Amino acid sequence: MNLKRRHLLIAGVAAAAGGLVVGCGAPTARDRLGKAALPQGPQDPVALNGWVRIAPDGRITVAVPRAEMGQGVLTSLPMLLAEELDARWDDVHVEHAPVAGIYANQALLLNVLPFGTDDDGLVARLARSSIQRVGYALHLQVTGGSSSVRDAWEPLRLAGATARAMLVQAAAKRWAVEPGACRVEAGQVLHPGNGSRLGFGELAREAAALSPPSEVPFKDPARYQLIGRAVPRKDIPSKVDGSAVFGIDVKLPDLLHAAVAQAPVFGADIASFDAAEALAMRGVHKVLRIPGAVVVVADRWWRARQALATVKIQYTATPHDRLSSKDIATGLQQALDEHSGMAFTQRGDAQGALEKAAKVIEARYWAPYLAHAAMEPINCTARVKAGQVEVWAPTQVPSLAKWRASQVAGVDMDQVALHLPLLGGGFGRRLEVDMVEQAVAVAQQLDGRPVKLLWSREEDTQHDMYRPAALSVFRAALDAQGRVTAWHNRVAAQSVSRGAMERLLPWAASDAPDKNQIEGAFDIPYDFEHIEVRQVRTQAHVPVGSWRSVGHSYNAFFTESFIDELAHAARQDPCAYRRGLLGARPRHKAVLEVAAAKAGWGTPLPPGRARGIALHESFGSICAQVAEVSWHEGAVRVHRVVCAIDCGVVVNPDTVEAQMQSGIVFGLSAALFGEITVAEGRVEQSSFHDQEVLKMAQMPVIETHIMRNTHAPGGVGEPATPPIAPAVCNALFALTGQRVRSLPIRLQAAA
Amino acid sequence: MKRFQLNGRPVSADVEDDMPLLWVLRDELGLMGTKFGCGVAACGACTVHLDGQAVRSCVMPMVAVDGHAVHTIERDDDPVLARLRNAWITHQVPQCGYCQSGMLMAASALLRQIPNPTDADIDGAMTNICRCGTYQRVRAAIHAAAGARRPREAA
Repeated sequence: MNLKRRHLLIAGVAAAAGGLVVGCGAPTARDRLGKAALPQGPQDPVALNGWVRIAPDGRITVAVPRAEMGQGVLTSLPMLLAEELDARWDDVHVEHAPVAGIYANQALLLNVLPFGTDDDGLVARLARSSIQRVGYALHLQVTGGSSSVRDAWEPLRLAGATARAMLVQAAAKRWAVEPGACRVEAGQVLHPGNGSRLGFGELAREAAALSPPSEVPFKDPARYQLIGRAVPRKDIPSKVDGSAVFGIDVKLPDLLHAAVAQAPVFGADIASFDAAEALAMRGVHKVLRIPGAVVVVADRWWRARQALATVKIQYTATPHDRLSSKDIATGLQQALDEHSGMAFTQRGDAQGALEKAAKVIEARYWAPYLAHAAMEPINCTARVKAGQVEVWAPTQVPSLAKWRASQVAGVDMDQVALHLPLLGGGFGRRLEVDMVEQAVAVAQQLDGRPVKLLWSREEDTQHDMYRPAALSVFRAALDAQGRVTAWHNRVAAQSVSRGAMERLLPWAASDAPDKNQIEGAFDIPYDFEHIEVRQVRTQAHVPVGSWRSVGHSYNAFFTESFIDELAHAARQDPCAYRRGLLGARPRHKAVLEVAAAKAGWGTPLPPGRARGIALHESFGSICAQVAEVSWHEGAVRVHRVVCAIDCGVVVNPDTVEAQMQSGIVFGLSAALFGEITVAEGRVEQSSFHDQEVLKMAQMPVIETHIMRNTHAPGGVGEPATPPIAPAVCNALFALTGQRVRSLPIRLQAAA
Repeated sequence: MKRFQLNGRPVSADVEDDMPLLWVLRDELGLMGTKFGCGVAACGACTVHLDGQAVRSCVMPMVAVDGHAVHTIERDDDPVLARLRNAWITHQVPQCGYCQSGMLMAASALLRQIPNPTDADIDGAMTNICRCGTYQRVRAAIHAAAGARRPREAA
């Protein structure tokens, strides 16, 4: 990619983000520190900055501005602060931060940049710096893009180190000694001479009155007590006795419950409805209409849902009423036939090399729409009373949820209070705010009473913002020796970024380049002389959104399968073949080698089993997986997955391991079963019986190997998802000779 | 009026015969630990014990609960559940945690029936869905809890 193209992409992102990049200074971690504040009562905690409060009894509260949806962020983020503070870990408590500027996620938008982890050139660095400004300017308080630790790494450590320095100063002042001579140990400052100690709680009030030092050194990583250790998660005890409060568990006095029936064809609305029967049923409070849906409000959700089933609803006609998955697939094919698309990567002359090639290998790959199917069905609770809006939303985007609630209710942002409970899974679905819009729209019609709006599993399955279906066409040019000289790839899919923009800021939706659509395809790590990767954008009426690992979820399947095809065409070992193409990529090579070695790559397996390998970089981390599979009576069985991950500096290795298991199971469910199809304009699947996911009996043994290094932290929530489908499919090729080019996996029965 | 024992205490609810137990627990009695996941007994997030057996409360009509004993994740008098909870914490099992009440209730019913389950026993009994993919740690924690059985209890 040339410089001009990169600048264009960055400009496109900035424009899409609302053009707010102009004129804002680059915020540093120091800009995000926030202010010290004294409390009202003598026993109340003292805020030493925007991230940490200390009570007189030594209790430390850390503000976490990211949503806990299973990734362990309520533990990993406080670990960063507590490490630099030298706090006693048992004293550390966590609470979700309110919506405020210092908590905006700067790292999130790093994911839109077209640079790999190892690109540290001037352009990449400039781009990273400007894009972080956009995230800050937009106040995107977002949990997604595997960005929480990446974003928090500097500000939370700085908040801890600065608070520590203030506490030391306060102690030194009291003792009339040099601050530099004092030591800090487990929540106490130690006198340099006489062995006396002062707890953080005793010092916090005096410390808050001091001005924070402008320069504080970070700890030498060799002295880390928490970072790099398997610290037990703070949220787990509440998740084993039923006391954890998710969005669906919010309790309020006078609470009403709402069940929703949305128009089954995307884009349709309610033409009319007859609720006479429903209104006569026990507990029913009201039947009302919001955009695209009929809602029954009752004293109990079950009663609302029973009543909803009796409502006779007529929907408006749309141009999509007869549309099927086949039509959508044909549309993708036509887009590829008719448009060359936009080049995201262009090095050398791939077209020319293909024309001169001794041999050309071609392949076409397909990936279907996928639903998120988080365990906690979509829900949101809201109250609109006297111009004040209160929202309880299990959301990945508190700042957007608050903004959207204010828009729907027609009030200022300051009139909206947002509460963030735990999330029963996110996976990208809770980056959307449709449930917030609905809950507020319903609450507006209930005379100040709060309402908990909850979707059925069927609504959740049929009204998702889906992982886009995608079609990918490869051509590789081989010379007379069978060596690949050119890699040519075009990917057709709907744009997730455009979809999100159309829903939030329709005026800003554009056909600007969308890195999300092509990520994992334009930035493959392999070194070919000529390479061209093009994005073909398509439109369909099925709404699309971010699904764990976004574009990487399909592009890794495509690219890592096709590279495997090339290895076999060259009659080379797929692992050695990849290694041979990773000349300038030492981190990728190391990860691949660890996965292969730990999996016993090349060693014999019992009959009927085979291994496959895949390597993929996403969200700042590099992940390689080796899958060991068998195939009996038409069923694919994955026995073992060996996973190696390079996510830079490791904050909590136990969490990293858990996220590897999590990402693999998520990707494996999709590879084996995941498929959302459309008939008559609507989604055909409805629940877990017709949209199967992996269960205990199908669970492979997963072994995780974490690379230890001092690179900047990468993400861990998503990077394990992309490689699993190709690793399994590559193993199936080794086992059966059948190349899986379409997901979910469907093998031909043995002849 | 439906009357039943809930975690050892008598309770009553004025609800329809066909209202599922899940919604009585959550919306009538305010015990929010039991979760709604699918409403069709497919995911197991709503698993509770009815007379000691693991059942999916989302499809258990109250007419079948009337007069019986129900135990939920909130119970605090069960040594098997206590061992499982400890193992769950030691093995850092939950991620988002939403399915874990159901997982723990399914596991405690399993250990009551088969104190030392094999992997195949676990596969057969643990049909709960977890989208975070905690299965491997669930399996390890069940084995650990079974192994931690005191000889007296095992007898």
